[in-house]
Amino acid sequence: MEAPILQLEKATIRFGGLTAVNALDLVVNAGDLVGLIGPNGAGKTTVFNLVTGVYETTTGTVRSNGTSLAGLRPNEVVEAGIARTFQNIRLFRSLSVFDNVRVACNLHRTSAPAQALLRMSAFRDDEAAITRRVEELLELFNLGRYRDARATSLPYGEQRRLEIVRCLATQPRLLLLDEPAAGMNPTEKGELMALIQRIHREFVPSILLVEHSMRVVMGVCQRVAVLDYGVKIAEGTPEEIRNDPKVIEAYLGEPHGSGWAHH
Amino acid sequence: MRTLPKPLIALVATVLLAFGVSHFSDRIDPYYLDVMIGVGINVILAVSLNLVNGYTGQFSLGHAGFMSVGAYLSAAVTLLLGPRLLGEDGGSALQQGLLFLAALAMGGCGAALAGLAVGIPSLRLKGDYLALVTLGFGEIIRVIFQNVDALGGALGLNGIPNYTNVFWVYSFAALTVFTVVCLVRSTYGRGFLATQDDEIAAEAVGIDTTRYKIVAFVVGAFFAGVAGGLYGHFKLTITPTGFDFTKSIEIVVMVILGGMGNTPGVIMAAILLTVLPEMLRAVEQYRMVLYSLLLIVLMLVRPKGLFNFDFTALAARLRWRYLASRK
Ligand SMILES: Nc1ncnc2c1ncn2[C@@H]1O[C@H](COP(=O)(O)OP(=O)(O)OP(=O)(O)O)[C@@H](O)[C@H]1O
Ligand SMILES: [Mg+2]
Repeated sequence: MEAPILQLEKATIRFGGLTAVNALDLVVNAGDLVGLIGPNGAGKTTVFNLVTGVYETTTGTVRSNGTSLAGLRPNEVVEAGIARTFQNIRLFRSLSVFDNVRVACNLHRTSAPAQALLRMSAFRDDEAAITRRVEELLELFNLGRYRDARATSLPYGEQRRLEIVRCLATQPRLLLLDEPAAGMNPTEKGELMALIQRIHREFVPSILLVEHSMRVVMGVCQRVAVLDYGVKIAEGTPEEIRNDPKVIEAYLGEPHGSGWAHH
Repeated sequence: MRTLPKPLIALVATVLLAFGVSHFSDRIDPYYLDVMIGVGINVILAVSLNLVNGYTGQFSLGHAGFMSVGAYLSAAVTLLLGPRLLGEDGGSALQQGLLFLAALAMGGCGAALAGLAVGIPSLRLKGDYLALVTLGFGEIIRVIFQNVDALGGALGLNGIPNYTNVFWVYSFAALTVFTVVCLVRSTYGRGFLATQDDEIAAEAVGIDTTRYKIVAFVVGAFFAGVAGGLYGHFKLTITPTGFDFTKSIEIVVMVILGGMGNTPGVIMAAILLTVLPEMLRAVEQYRMVLYSLLLIVLMLVRPKGLFNFDFTALAARLRWRYLASRK
């Protein structure tokens, strides 16, 4: 059998006295759409930061296709085929919608920077191909009409979509989505679910989804893992998770109540 | 046949124009000629610093330091190699031109190497810290030049041949603008702006931000070095104090006034800030006071840069007015 696209083994990270992620075992196989849920502060975003090279594990390993990701810089993790979005949208504010996606095409650029100066035909062909690819992506995800607008001037939902499209431009094999439904109304959540499923079907074989909205997680994921205080307390099908007493307790025991009840 | 790209046409046209103008330069008032050359050198300095401070979002205060490296190196080339290569009579115009080109290239490359040496350890620092390190670098370079007797010590280098003219200055100014504009517009170059906007997001789409910062720094230093070489062969003497941190700040002000990351604006600011002190010569005693006052007022009135216009929005507004007036 092929090694999983993502495999965390006993992954642990401590910030001073706080163990944000504690001996986490998690596997995402090629073709999986896995959910990662848990109350606020459970360590979900920290897991993404561990995988993408923002943080190093204190102990334990993170592997992709059998090779360790330890010591890779975030940009090298993207080269290894793993792209992410952020909980708080991070678009490039001085760039247009088009350029936000274009800048993510640098990984697959075939011409060298110096060729931009010599204006060689290799450079112009490459730029033309990139422009075509970006415009195609924007059209496919209904962002074509915003092509030249400033990215941060878009409506909120479109900004979320643009951030995901920007990830797709790096042509990842694993996509990490951090609360893409945050701040969306029920209609937008429905559209987002369709979007995630479409991306899974047509663009990225494997997705790991962090999300508070149970409707979204239960609606699209094949398997769900639950974190609480950095520890994985359950893993299984959406049905199993929904009825797991430990999961219900983790959510109900949480002071803010992160949305389990009202979905 | 494919059409030639516009930036290349602009580059060639400027070089040809500069060549034409420098041919008739003996008919131009020498004072205006001096101002023109000063403007061109400052355009090179400001546009190249804009790549670092404006587009990539670093705060370098070391541009005068890189300029001095280029000035000393290229002067050394023409002073040491010139007599040997060109002989007693000083050689033909073509020979002098080639020697000067080699000297400027040496100056630029030396400055670029200095940029690499300063950039690699210090670009992990951000904002104010980077400003301090680059400021320190500029001062160290100055003290070194001041204390090495072979480089003339505090007296500097004298008797540098008078090679700089409108042709050289404006050709290199055009090359600087061409390089920065072509780089920044390309898919590769969008990475400079992404680095400035959000380093974490930039890395998350595969941009090696450290590398981009170093490239910006090295390219910026290269052109500062060339500008230094042009300056030396224009003033004919160079002293370490000519490249102190007030010169760095002068260039930073041009970038800020032009609107960070706005090349046309920065060019206009470089022109304005070179011509303005000249125009204020009439009121000699109050010159620096007026100059500073003007700067303060300009920054208060247009904090995002004097020339920071959104050209597309401006065009849209004009079109709207025009349509409204026809109704
Ligand atoms: N750089 C850091 N330094 C110190 N503590 C941190 C750091 N990053 C995260 N933490 C802590 O680790 C814990 C997990 O945070 P994390 O952001 O991963 O939670 P989360 O599950 O994503 O929560 P949310 O649902 O609110 O986004 C929190 O207690 C947080 O304060
Ligand atoms: Mg989070």
